[in-house]
Amino acid sequence: MAQAQAARETFRERIAKRTQHGDGIFWGLTLFFALLVIVLVFAILWVTWSDSQQARERFGLAFFTSGEWNPVETEVNPVSFGAMPAIVGTLISSAIALILAAPVAIGIGIFLAELCPPAIRTPLSFMVELLAAIPSVIYGVWGVMVFAPFFTQNVARPMSETIGQIVPWLGGNVASGRGLLIAGIILSIMILPTIAAITRDVLTLVPNTQREVMLALGATRWEVIWLSVVPYARAGIIGAVMLGLGRALGETMAATMLVGNRPQVPETLFEPATTAAALVASELVNSQTLIHESALVLIALALFAITLLLNLSARLLIWYMNRGPVGRTRA
Amino acid sequence: MSLKSSASPNYSRRKAIDVMMRSLVFVATGLAIVPLVLIIGYVIVIGGGALNWEFFTDIYQPPMQVSMPDLGPIDPNDPFANLDLGSLVGGEPGTGQEGANDEKGADILEAPARGGVFHGIVGTLLITTVALIIATPIGIMAGIFLSEFPDNSVATTVRFASDVLSGAPSIIVGVTAYILIVNAKGADGQPLGFAGIAGSIALTFLMVPTITRTTEEVLKLVPEATREAALAMGATTWYSTFTVVVPTALSGIVTGVMLAFARGAGETAPLIMTVLGSNVLMTNLFEPMAALPLITYRYTESPFPSENTLAWGSAFVLMMLVLLVNILVRIATRNRLRMR
Repeated sequence: MAQAQAARETFRERIAKRTQHGDGIFWGLTLFFALLVIVLVFAILWVTWSDSQQARERFGLAFFTSGEWNPVETEVNPVSFGAMPAIVGTLISSAIALILAAPVAIGIGIFLAELCPPAIRTPLSFMVELLAAIPSVIYGVWGVMVFAPFFTQNVARPMSETIGQIVPWLGGNVASGRGLLIAGIILSIMILPTIAAITRDVLTLVPNTQREVMLALGATRWEVIWLSVVPYARAGIIGAVMLGLGRALGETMAATMLVGNRPQVPETLFEPATTAAALVASELVNSQTLIHESALVLIALALFAITLLLNLSARLLIWYMNRGPVGRTRA
Repeated sequence: MSLKSSASPNYSRRKAIDVMMRSLVFVATGLAIVPLVLIIGYVIVIGGGALNWEFFTDIYQPPMQVSMPDLGPIDPNDPFANLDLGSLVGGEPGTGQEGANDEKGADILEAPARGGVFHGIVGTLLITTVALIIATPIGIMAGIFLSEFPDNSVATTVRFASDVLSGAPSIIVGVTAYILIVNAKGADGQPLGFAGIAGSIALTFLMVPTITRTTEEVLKLVPEATREAALAMGATTWYSTFTVVVPTALSGIVTGVMLAFARGAGETAPLIMTVLGSNVLMTNLFEPMAALPLITYRYTESPFPSENTLAWGSAFVLMMLVLLVNILVRIATRNRLRMR
């Protein structure tokens, strides 16, 4: 009897041992693959950091303030690399995109979450999400083949001939049909669904009590939205706009196809210019010298760092909002 | 009357603002839909019009081959190599022969669309499938880790890392793969060069976060009671995870993999600097390959209308692929929700 008891014990122990082992392997295996995800991020950082070393050592911080970009040595111009054209182009095209897209996209988000008839709410929201998934090269094709000729003929030329005479950066030659303004407009179309979808999501997270209280006080529909719902979701909406900005800053294809790829600080919005992503995309493959490649990788690294910071703060804001009611404007 | 007097004195002004702002939001929505509908409409009409049997089964044909069959063999990857461009646009200026050959040049520009993008379809499928084969195990296992061991500092870091990856501009992973593979010195001291596999690895970076997050979310939807039931019957954690939890959430995990496929198939920027593109049918992953997004990109900039037609056609195929996958996923997940 006692012997049987002991045998049963050892059997149970054996099973316990075996299961413990399996779970250990299971934990280790999934942990390994999870760590791989972190490794991927570090791989990007390490590779771009070490490959941009030459440019960092040679130019230092002056790299980001110099406007000279001469990859090819000539008698007149020595080889020099400065990120200013890329920085200016990226900032201006993203700013145009954001100014055009953010108010409209927030409007769409408000419409979808608050005002839309329930029957078309789901299909319309789904459509907005679909649009955010369309590959960017398709926006580029449309921009080059359809929008650019139309834009040059009906917007750029008249503007350059009227306002352009007074405001220099809206004038100048428009013949190329490529520039920061058209790139910004296409970018705004691209980031619109992104901002709208996230705005809608954060607005639907606002508790109904928030609306009911305002209605009970006799507010109109718009007052409910503007004074009660939107302030509650403010952090989330700012987060949505920042994610849109991140997409505009890093967007490569549409920018490459429409910005003109001329690495100089442009004088007008209609001149060919470049953005950070477009510069890297168009020159890295053709770079002949190490320092040229290194300078391009440094631009890519800076772009990665900026979008990383933007995404981080955007997610913090959305997370902060999801945490629940804090502060004065919350019921 | 009493009702009116109880209304606040500025009611009509507030009412007006209400109506105005609500219609403004409505107009904004309508306004935003216009360009988006235009883009989709153009791709469907022009791109859809470019489709025929040849488009899917044939590979690239240089436009001059179509208009000038007597030109002899042309290297598809460098169609202009043996071509005297001057002979196409006119004779020497000042010799009285200007424009003598304009007709020939015009022939090229007016050449009907010939050839297709079979090489691109094969390339995209190969590159994306290989990327998926690498990314799926990483993504699913990492997702299992996040959902089954959710509260530790490793999990938080992994979630953050996957957010970083999904928010990173796609060109960054292209640069990384370019440095790591294309530009890396091989055994013979020469750079390894452009290769389909480099594109696959670049796409892996972009697919992993999609699969990881979807897997985590769907596994979290599996009721805790299901796990407890399995454990109560004596199953170990790993056994219950692989035979009970994962199968329950399988359709959701497949959804994530499909979304990752759709995202990878449409990515262009990483492929420019890794796969390079090709005008012939290549099935060797260690050589430059063709891919649909690259065809769309390069032939859009082409001066030849026949190549532009191919660009529209491949844009259409890409867009349909993405839309179809997303709609399928939507239908699949909706059915699952309804059953619950």
